[in-house]
Amino acid sequence: MPKPSNAISSLGRLAVMAALAIAVPASAQTIKVAYLEGLSGPFANVGEVGLRHLQFFADRINEKGGVLGQKLEVVPFDTKTSPQEAQLVFKQLVDQGIRYMMQGNGSAVALALSEAMGKHNARNPDKTVLYMNYGAVDPALTNDKCNFYHFRFDADVDMKMQAMTNFMATQKSMKKVYLINQDYSFGQSVAKAARAMLNAKRPDIQIVGDDLHPLGKVKDFAPYVAKIQAAGADAVVTGNWGNDVALLIKAAKDAGLKVDFYTYYAGGLGTPPVIGEAGVGHLKQVTVFHSNIGGSRTVEMVEAYRKRFPDSRDDFYWTSIMVAVDMLTRSMEQAKSTDPTKVALAMEKMKSDSLSGETYMRDDNHQLVQPIFVSTFSKANGKDVKFDVERTGFGFKTDARIESKDTVLPTTCKFQRPKG
Amino acid sequence: MEFFLVTLLNSLSYGLLLFMLSSGLTLIFSMMGVLNFAHASFYMLGAYFAYQTSVYLGFWPALVVAPALVAVLGALTERYGLRTVHKYGHVAELLFTFGLAYIIEELVHLIWGRAPVPYRIPEILDFSAFSVFSTKYPAYRVFMMLVSVGMLGGLFLLLTRTRIGLIIQASLTHPDTVEALGHNVPRVFMGVFAGGAALAGLAGVIGGNAFVTEPGMAVSVGTIVFVVVVFGGMGSLAGAFVASLIIGAVQTFSVAFDVSLLTLFAKLGFTPDPQSAWMELWKVTIAQAAPVLPYVLMVAMLIVRPKGLMGTREG
Repeated sequence: MPKPSNAISSLGRLAVMAALAIAVPASAQTIKVAYLEGLSGPFANVGEVGLRHLQFFADRINEKGGVLGQKLEVVPFDTKTSPQEAQLVFKQLVDQGIRYMMQGNGSAVALALSEAMGKHNARNPDKTVLYMNYGAVDPALTNDKCNFYHFRFDADVDMKMQAMTNFMATQKSMKKVYLINQDYSFGQSVAKAARAMLNAKRPDIQIVGDDLHPLGKVKDFAPYVAKIQAAGADAVVTGNWGNDVALLIKAAKDAGLKVDFYTYYAGGLGTPPVIGEAGVGHLKQVTVFHSNIGGSRTVEMVEAYRKRFPDSRDDFYWTSIMVAVDMLTRSMEQAKSTDPTKVALAMEKMKSDSLSGETYMRDDNHQLVQPIFVSTFSKANGKDVKFDVERTGFGFKTDARIESKDTVLPTTCKFQRPKG
Repeated sequence: MEFFLVTLLNSLSYGLLLFMLSSGLTLIFSMMGVLNFAHASFYMLGAYFAYQTSVYLGFWPALVVAPALVAVLGALTERYGLRTVHKYGHVAELLFTFGLAYIIEELVHLIWGRAPVPYRIPEILDFSAFSVFSTKYPAYRVFMMLVSVGMLGGLFLLLTRTRIGLIIQASLTHPDTVEALGHNVPRVFMGVFAGGAALAGLAGVIGGNAFVTEPGMAVSVGTIVFVVVVFGGMGSLAGAFVASLIIGAVQTFSVAFDVSLLTLFAKLGFTPDPQSAWMELWKVTIAQAAPVLPYVLMVAMLIVRPKGLMGTREG
């Protein structure tokens, strides 16, 4: 092939650059926030819910004029809920010059991302990336594996288990508890915390089973339900999320299993339609939010989200994303910069006007502190159970509210703070 | 006792569903020597077609309509896809079905989205059929078992008692002779492929509402079906039946055993060092390993007896 002469090839290059410059003018004006989540595979529906939440809150900010004169732009990336894929995706977003990322489904992915981010930030202090974690609640992320650029907006496993076991300790009729969890860092930490805290608070309660099953693979929980039945358990404690909790509860319902379920994630993300009448009074969850915690702002938010996404498989669920976007934008405005280091220094001292009560970020481990609720599945009555979940006619009613100051746990985190 | 009976029933219903799926695959493999990677995708399509039909017409029409639609798709795949690729050899056929599986998954994403669809058990079957001591056994599982057994019976009768069945059986081993006798063997192949796909589709109709109907269902079920076919022996329907029941039992019963190599060591009187790197391996219980056991069995079978339990054709 004949080589073009130097003059023509440089003219060609100039033309291409001009074309590109005209074709992509707007991108320099937005603040990109990458959304890293499993958008395909067994947890795709959960990933899509988070994306809708992020889009909803980013749009609200943009309608008011954006941040520092720029709009927020959400850029989704599919991690397939796999730690290996997440690391590849992290490289992609770094290459694209994105400085902020958000993730929450899967602590295994979160740990991989936090590690990749830590290495990248250490080697490239002028191209740091900030990680907002809205749902990966393995305690290690704010303890031994903490990182200055990682901020967690959902209460961690131990904080929620403390609330859950305090409530369980008051249930005098409970004698036998069965643990069933997903076999990875998060599920194992739930099982460990449940065991330790129950033994401490109610040594008379017997733990009659401790199962760990593969994440997202089991479609038929009937064998596990048969095991729970055979063990004679009164209560089941599970951290399962997505299909894993929906199918577990479905199998329990089919077998007519009469136990109380103490869950982390049965209140949304596709599970409530599976449960029905059988769950009333028996299905409990421990969360930082549910649609009936009360307050006019809660009502406004639940209704606004429903109006924006009328599909019945969707409800306002992640207040952690709401607080994350709020803190991100106010930190940028306070620091008058979009540089992640300056934003992080502002974010770690930030308070938020959330829907539930006193909400602030801890500067010693970057864990958000907020009230925690234990609630039970009940029939929606328009009064104390105003909203139902996912159009089922059933919603959650608060059993116990734990104030922020009572949720704080000690930490082993020692940050490597950035210089300056 | 209660636990054993309930688990036995569960393993039976799961095993029979596996058989419905793998029988189609075995038939196709015996006939054409093609291991159809898209077979689990036909299962998924059956579930989605059933969902869509049940939205407009209800569940009972879906039982007939969905497998019929999948059969048509199967016939088209064979006629215009496999037959063209056949002349390039087995590897080409495998790659074709492999690619087809991906295409079907993406089509499902496009049409129905990535989230699970609310394909539910019909109200009329959503009750508990009987109680085993204190556990209720759902009527729908009984229905699943009845359909599987009915289908097995129908298939057996078709293959052994009807003329077309005799032609199919003959084409299995002596296609050239059958063609020489004047039968349209390519049409028989197409019919068998369509029939195998319809079986997978029927399994999807039945299984899709008991388990979750979502785009990932083909992948999660596909691998187990191969285990069944390899374990039972390539080309043997009876082998597939026995293997399905065994794999179903293994996967269901193993959940009950909380014993690990560590407990075995304890019985033998020695405790390994808790800090050792192997500890993670010793601690794994059979219950934890339950989903992996079928694959372990498959590997063991391939080592010990590659033909499978009752195989008639070398893999």
